[in-house]
Amino acid sequence: MTAPTTSRVQVKTAGQGMTFDHISMHFPDGTHAVDDVSFSIGPGEFVSVVGPSGCGKSTLLKMASGLLPATGGELTVDRGHLGYVFQDATLMPWRTVQQNVELLGELEGIPKKERKAAAKQAIELVGLGGFEDKYPGSLSGGMKMRCSLARVLTLKPGTFLFDEPFGALDEISRERLNDEVLDLFDKQQFAGLFITHSIQEAVFLSTRVLVMSARPGRIIGDYPIPFDYPRNPELRFSPEFAELCGRISESLREAHA
Amino acid sequence: MTPPEEMGPAVIAASVKNVPQPISGVATSGKSSELVMKIVPPVLVFILAILSWIGLHYGLSEEKAITVPLPWDVIEIGFLDTTNLQFILDGLWISAKAAIVGLAVTIVLGLAFAIAMSQAKWVENALLPYAVAMQTTPILALVPLIGVVIGFDFISRVIVVVLISVFPFINNALFGLLSAEKSQHDLLTLHDASRLTRLTKLQLPAALPAIFTGLRVAAVMAVVGAVVGDFFFTQGDSGLGQLISLDASQLQYERMYAEVILAMFLGIAAYLAVGFVERRAIGKWHSATRAGI
Repeated sequence: MTAPTTSRVQVKTAGQGMTFDHISMHFPDGTHAVDDVSFSIGPGEFVSVVGPSGCGKSTLLKMASGLLPATGGELTVDRGHLGYVFQDATLMPWRTVQQNVELLGELEGIPKKERKAAAKQAIELVGLGGFEDKYPGSLSGGMKMRCSLARVLTLKPGTFLFDEPFGALDEISRERLNDEVLDLFDKQQFAGLFITHSIQEAVFLSTRVLVMSARPGRIIGDYPIPFDYPRNPELRFSPEFAELCGRISESLREAHA
Repeated sequence: MTPPEEMGPAVIAASVKNVPQPISGVATSGKSSELVMKIVPPVLVFILAILSWIGLHYGLSEEKAITVPLPWDVIEIGFLDTTNLQFILDGLWISAKAAIVGLAVTIVLGLAFAIAMSQAKWVENALLPYAVAMQTTPILALVPLIGVVIGFDFISRVIVVVLISVFPFINNALFGLLSAEKSQHDLLTLHDASRLTRLTKLQLPAALPAIFTGLRVAAVMAVVGAVVGDFFFTQGDSGLGQLISLDASQLQYERMYAEVILAMFLGIAAYLAVGFVERRAIGKWHSATRAGI
C-alpha cells in the first residue's frame, strides 16, 4: 500500500524558468513514478533529461505544465509563459499551416491582426514560408514538427517544455531541427526542459544533462555541458563530444541496472 | 534557415522510375487499362441483370409473366406516358419531402444528442442503451400504430423517417466527437479552453468525417423510411410507397416497377448528395474523402 504523500504542492509564478524542489509523483494506481527530484532551470539554461523508457521523464513535463499535479514537493513555474512542444506535432488536420500556427493566439484571445502577424513571423522563422495554405496531411513529419514549433513560438514563451519532440523523425530531419532549436535558444535565451532518448541530441543542445533512473525516477547523473554557443553541427564529430556522450551512456547503463 | 526536407520522397520516386518494369502485356498502358477495369465489370453485371430480367419474363407462365413486365414496357408505360409519369412524380415528391424534412430533423436532433453524450459519460450511459433499443425496434411494424395515434399526415411520415435514420447518425457522430487525440485535448487544457471552445475548435471539426459517414447511412435510411413507411400508412397523401401498393393490387405492374426504380434512384441521389457536400466541406483536408465516391 503506497498512500500518496500528503505534502503540499505549491505552484508559484516566477517569470522565466522553473524549480523542482523534492518533487515526487505517486499515481492513484500505486505507481511511484518520480521520487524526490530537485533541480532548477533559469533563463539561458537548457536542461535535457535522459533515462530508460517509463522512468517518468515525460511525467516531469506534465507536472511542470500542470497537466498532472505533482503529489509531493514544491514546484515553481510561471504557467503564463510556458511553451509545450508535444511528442507528436499535434496539429489540427482541418486547419492550414497558417491556421494551426494561429491556434494558440486564438485560445489566448490575442487580436486577429496581432496573431496573424505573429504567425507569419513564426512560420518564416522555422522555414515554412510558402507553405501557409497547405494542410498538415500534405506535410512531411519534419515539416509538421516545424509547424508545431512555430505554433508555440507565436506566444513568445520564456520557458519551453519539449516532450521527445523529434523522436519519430529520421536522423537528418532530427539534426536539422536540433540546429533550429539551438538557433532559437541562442537568440531568445529561454529556459528549456528537453526530454529525449538520444544522448547525442541531449549533449548537442543542452547546457546541462540530467540522467534519470528506472522507476521510481530519480536524478542519478548531472552533467554540465561545457561547449560554447553558437554550436556548429561539426561539434557532433569532436572527440570531446564523443567522450561526454560515452560517460553519460555509461551512467544510463547503470540506470537500467 | 534550412529549407524544409521535402526532397526525400521526390528523390525516391525518381529512382523508382528508372527501375525496369517487369515484362507484361497488360501493364503497357497503366492508366487507361485501370479505367477499363473500373467500368467494364459493373457494365457487364448490369447487362447480365437486364438479361435475367427478360429471361425471367419469358420463362414464367403467361399469367405469372405479367408480374415481371419487360424493361422496355416499364419505360414506355411507366416513364414515357405523361399521365403515368405525372402520377409517379407526384408520389416521388411527397416521399422526397418526407425524407428531406426527416433527415434535417435527424441531423439537428442527432447532433444535439451526440454532443450531450460526448460531454459527460453519465449522459452517454443514460441514453445510449435506449438509442440501441430504438434501432432494434421494428419501427415499420409500428407504422399503423403511429398512424392511429398521431394521424396519417405529413408529420407522421417525418416521425417514421427520423426514428429509422437517427440512430446510425448519432452513433457515428458520437464516435467522431470522441475521436480527438489526447495530446490535442492536452493542448487545449494547457490554454484553459472552455467546454464550448473545446467543442467548436476540436471535437466538432475532428468529428466531421464520422458525421458525414453517419449522414450517408442516415440519408439512405431516410429514403427507405419515407417510402416503406408510406407503404404501411395506406392513408393520407400518396407517396411512392402507397403508389407501389396500389399499383400492385391493381395489376399495374409496369407503373409499379417504374415507382420501385424511382425509389431506388431517390436513395442513390441522397447518397451522392451527401458525398458531394462532404467533398466540398472536408475534402481539402480529409484525404479518404477524395478517394471515395
